[in-house]
Amino acid sequence: MLSIAGLTKRYSGKHAAQSEPALSGVDLIVPKGQLMALIGPSGAGKSTLIRCVNRLVEPTMGRIVLDGQEVTGTGRTVLRHARRRMGMIFQEYALIERLTVMENVLSGRLGYVGFFASWSRRFPRADIAEAFRLLDRVGLKGMEDKRADELSGGQRQRVGICRALIQNPALLLVDEPTASLDPKTSRQIMRLLVELCAERDLAAIVNIHDVALAQMFVPRIVGLRAGRVVFDGPPDALTPETLTSIYGEEDWSATIRPVEDDADE
Amino acid sequence: MPSFPGDVWRRRTPAKSLAVWACWLAAVLLIVQCWTILNENTIWEFVYDAPAQAGDLLGRMFPPRWSVLPSLWQPIWDTINMATLGTLLGILIGVPVAFLAARNTTPSVAVARPLALMAIVSSRSINALIWALLLVTVLGPGVLAGIIAIGLRSIGFVGKLLYEAIEEVDAKQVEAIEATGASGAQRLIFAIVPQIMPAFAGIAVYRWDINIRESAVLGLVGAGGIGLQLNASVSRLAWPEVTVIFAAILVTVFASEWVSAQVRKRII
Amino acid sequence: MSETWSPPPAIRNPWLRYGLYLGAAVYLSLALGTLHLNWARLAEGLDRGWAFVSAFGHPDISKHWREIWEGFVESLTMTVVATALGILISLPVGLGAARNLAPMPLYLLCRGIVAISRTFPEIIVAILFVKMFGFGPLAGVATLAFATIGFMAKLLAEDIEDIDPRQVEAIRATGAGPFQVLNYAVQPQVMARFIGLSVYRLDINFRESAVIGIVGAGGIGATLNTSFERYEFDTAAAILLTIIGIVMATEYFSSVVRERLR
Repeated sequence: MLSIAGLTKRYSGKHAAQSEPALSGVDLIVPKGQLMALIGPSGAGKSTLIRCVNRLVEPTMGRIVLDGQEVTGTGRTVLRHARRRMGMIFQEYALIERLTVMENVLSGRLGYVGFFASWSRRFPRADIAEAFRLLDRVGLKGMEDKRADELSGGQRQRVGICRALIQNPALLLVDEPTASLDPKTSRQIMRLLVELCAERDLAAIVNIHDVALAQMFVPRIVGLRAGRVVFDGPPDALTPETLTSIYGEEDWSATIRPVEDDADE
Repeated sequence: MPSFPGDVWRRRTPAKSLAVWACWLAAVLLIVQCWTILNENTIWEFVYDAPAQAGDLLGRMFPPRWSVLPSLWQPIWDTINMATLGTLLGILIGVPVAFLAARNTTPSVAVARPLALMAIVSSRSINALIWALLLVTVLGPGVLAGIIAIGLRSIGFVGKLLYEAIEEVDAKQVEAIEATGASGAQRLIFAIVPQIMPAFAGIAVYRWDINIRESAVLGLVGAGGIGLQLNASVSRLAWPEVTVIFAAILVTVFASEWVSAQVRKRII
Repeated sequence: MSETWSPPPAIRNPWLRYGLYLGAAVYLSLALGTLHLNWARLAEGLDRGWAFVSAFGHPDISKHWREIWEGFVESLTMTVVATALGILISLPVGLGAARNLAPMPLYLLCRGIVAISRTFPEIIVAILFVKMFGFGPLAGVATLAFATIGFMAKLLAEDIEDIDPRQVEAIRATGAGPFQVLNYAVQPQVMARFIGLSVYRLDINFRESAVIGIVGAGGIGATLNTSFERYEFDTAAAILLTIIGIVMATEYFSSVVRERLR
């Protein structure tokens, strides 16, 4: 279970004192195994929020606890151990382009192996076996020695997912997983994520622009606006009024999925 | 006479025009002033004589004395060795310096970074020939002085280009590795080193190519290589030999350029 | 399913891979073998090396103040004149060496000039010019200008070859003549970088001007050479530190200029 309490982030800079904080007083609980989508306009703080959870961005205030382990206010070693429990998936995949698929997947184990083992690429047997299993699971069997920059967008995101899962995480932090993909691949990737989370009883926070896609796959939606939570509920509770409160005035009738519509396509 | 209030168009505002002209004027004045100083320090009688001197020189340089060629193989081998070992030395020191100098990998912005930048600019400011001049007085004439001179000059070159490459790496890939719980050293080898590898190889080969040229002349100050022969022949006014040495240098330089072009093509 | 994995080697062909390793090892041992280290001489050098390093702690600029001052003035004037002259000549040569502007014969001629200028190290050119013009700064100016032509013309030609041809087409379509095309379509695309490169070349020319004095082509190099020959390391240290200072100043200046032009 992930609990976030009073999370505030104010970026330092010239006008930091006067400017609005990127996040102010966010409280969230994500239970074990729950898939949660984070929606909101650009600049609402979605990206800052998930980066605060693994402290790629240092929070200004607030407390983050994952499965009883403090994440905030800890030293480097404890932080590294906390990060191992959180897999992260990125918008533009953020694979190491010039390394092979296998090296990219195994880089998810860096928090577990020592420096010299990672330098010489001598990972434990169990890690390699798990990497092969994961690649097979996401449909990339036999691709392990291809270089990451030879892959298509959908394939790269699958490698990104493997890299996150091989960490054996309790939580996935997913930053716009489909923003660089076409609609069909987007749906495949979202479905894969949902299945994998279910298989492994993983909690996940998914930043997503595409409201319809979020409604289609995710049981809980949190709306963020100007650094504050303005909506928290099931997809069916999203109404034009709530969307207006998140994004601002617009004709929302075409966006919202009719309740009887099937998620399967 | 403009018939509408807005129909006068100027490329620059008057103030800006004036500033541009002032810059040009200052540049011209500076050049004229420099020329005057130069003029005072030049004995023009010698200059009027230059075409005749050039003709005389060409006449002496031909026909080349090809018989000296066999005695040049050893100096050419030394020249190549000085360039190669010097490049290796420069890389060995330049790479750590680059990591200290790059904003995103330096252990301390306040101490290590300025020191590394200082080392880079010092090495870059001083030509390999001056390093050689200095090292020949310290270590005595020979190939070793040349290797170290080439190495010292290469530190700045490798360091500067490499640290710029390190600062330009894709931050998202670094972030992704950091998010797995990797340590600082692991972040370096998994996220940064693979990204700068092509740039590094290119820089190394490019510098090697330059170093072949430089080490060909280091002998002029006594640091070994084919420049030593050149110096001897020039001071004996043995111009037919000089021609052969020039030809040997040219061939070596072209060959190294070809090799480095091939290697760079393979890498990219 | 396989349980082991090792990264694929950078060179897939094992024969080539091990051949290269072996070749590198053989070369290194041969190259190091020809060093002929003279340990006695090296040990003797250590003292002198230390004397030199410690001279940086107390550089002495006053003992030979006149020579140093005149040397630097000469170096700087050589740099300015040679850079200006070289750039002036490199403009037509660079235009002629651009494949998309120049007709074939002119292109070959200009590329030939660039190749000759770039092939010879400055110091060798300096030897020849000293022979022609006599000792003194004029030979240095000729050397540096000669090197500048090849450097600037090559980079200018490459920039011109990389310009957006649609802009040239558009200006040509208005009925503009060749010089108007250069002025309106080519110059705006290459000017900023050309000025940046000019400042960079100024910096290079200053550094080179400190060297060619060794063979008698004027500038601070002669003073530096003398100070080394007399083992006056404190004077040498002062000169080297001044060179480093001036290079840092020109680098700062060029970064300011490039920032302005962006």
